[in-house]
Amino acid sequence: MPSLKDLKVRINSVKSTRKITKAMQMVAAAKLRRAQEAAEASRPYAARMTTVLSNIATGNRDNPEAPRLLRGTGADARHLLVVCTAERGLCGGFNSSIVRRAKADIVRLSGEGKDVKILCVGRKGREQLKRDYEHLFVEGQIAFEGVKKISYGEADQVATRILGDFAKGEYDVITLYYSEFESVLTQKPTALQVIPATIDAVDEAVEKGSNASYEYEPDENALLAELLPKNITVQIYRALLENAASEQGARMTAMDNATRNAGEMVDKLTLQYNRSRQAAITSELIEIISGAEALNG
Amino acid sequence: MAATIKVELVSPDRILASLEAEKVMLPGAGGDFTAMAGHVPIATSLSPGAIRIVNGSDVQEYLVAGGFAEVSGTEISILAEFASLREEATPEMFQSSLDAAEKSMDGLEKDELAEATRRFSNLKMMVETLGRAA
Repeated sequence: MPSLKDLKVRINSVKSTRKITKAMQMVAAAKLRRAQEAAEASRPYAARMTTVLSNIATGNRDNPEAPRLLRGTGADARHLLVVCTAERGLCGGFNSSIVRRAKADIVRLSGEGKDVKILCVGRKGREQLKRDYEHLFVEGQIAFEGVKKISYGEADQVATRILGDFAKGEYDVITLYYSEFESVLTQKPTALQVIPATIDAVDEAVEKGSNASYEYEPDENALLAELLPKNITVQIYRALLENAASEQGARMTAMDNATRNAGEMVDKLTLQYNRSRQAAITSELIEIISGAEALNG
Repeated sequence: MAATIKVELVSPDRILASLEAEKVMLPGAGGDFTAMAGHVPIATSLSPGAIRIVNGSDVQEYLVAGGFAEVSGTEISILAEFASLREEATPEMFQSSLDAAEKSMDGLEKDELAEATRRFSNLKMMVETLGRAA
């Protein structure tokens, strides 16, 4: 049975924990709003880029002169997994679920005898993957420590890096792992293959026949060669923004739970405290009364 | 009033301009051109330079470090990785693009080198002009 003083100390410590988690939840909520706005602001550009690219690319996928970023190298042996996670923890299962998704693919690809390499973007993912897969890490992992707001520059940094490696012929397939933001409660870990590019054909544009009548300047292949790398940067940018929003959403939910649990604990401890206090008073009273009885008797 | 054409200038993080205009002057890869309503559909990459959106006497000028434009008869979408209003532009803003352009010239040959050099010199001119104006 803990003493009254011990209980008091515990209640106070749980209370201050609750204050901290509550504050973190509110900060996450504010950041989430900003992250969501940033993600939304990036959509028009990405959407237009996709439309334009699919217009040009649909007719060129089988063209042997099309850039390698679109066609791929023709092989499927060397994979690079770009795992994007957060810089900080305390956000529920956010980082772990991305890592789990990536690990599943690492196991599958290695099982198929493919050559797998890992590039981590973000500190948390690197720490988690290091335990089992450090030997697969490529040189020079990327982290955005101290970066408050993801900008196009950060995405460009990642894109330049992987495009450079691809141009050197180090990989055949490059896949991006990140978390898609669905709502505050659900974030979906996602794998997106960026090289060779996955471009959905835009049916409505084909129906309108708009792609048939375009003039291209310079010619289609030169344009593709210029647009594809940009598209990759945009995809990475979008992934990083989705990640940022997901991270804050996950943190908000996790901290909300933590706050509620702390509240429950405070209630339980307070009840226990009051009971022990009552018990102590009662036993003291009994002692006094029986002492007085003894004197009277 | 002549027919107008819808113009949208978007950068990765926001929509910079979205309006109706009489004509738009663009620094296309194959030379500057002006697009008005009913222009033949064209998809072109952009050289570093100025985009002028003209509406009567009202002219908005944006500087871009490159990008891409899609023109149809009724609509122009401009995707610019980096763009800024002329009045707000500073040489520093384009310095990193300039450095990148300089680096990209390494190891290229003939046509590609010519293209990269042109990009670089356009950017350089832009930065210098801005530097003088500041």
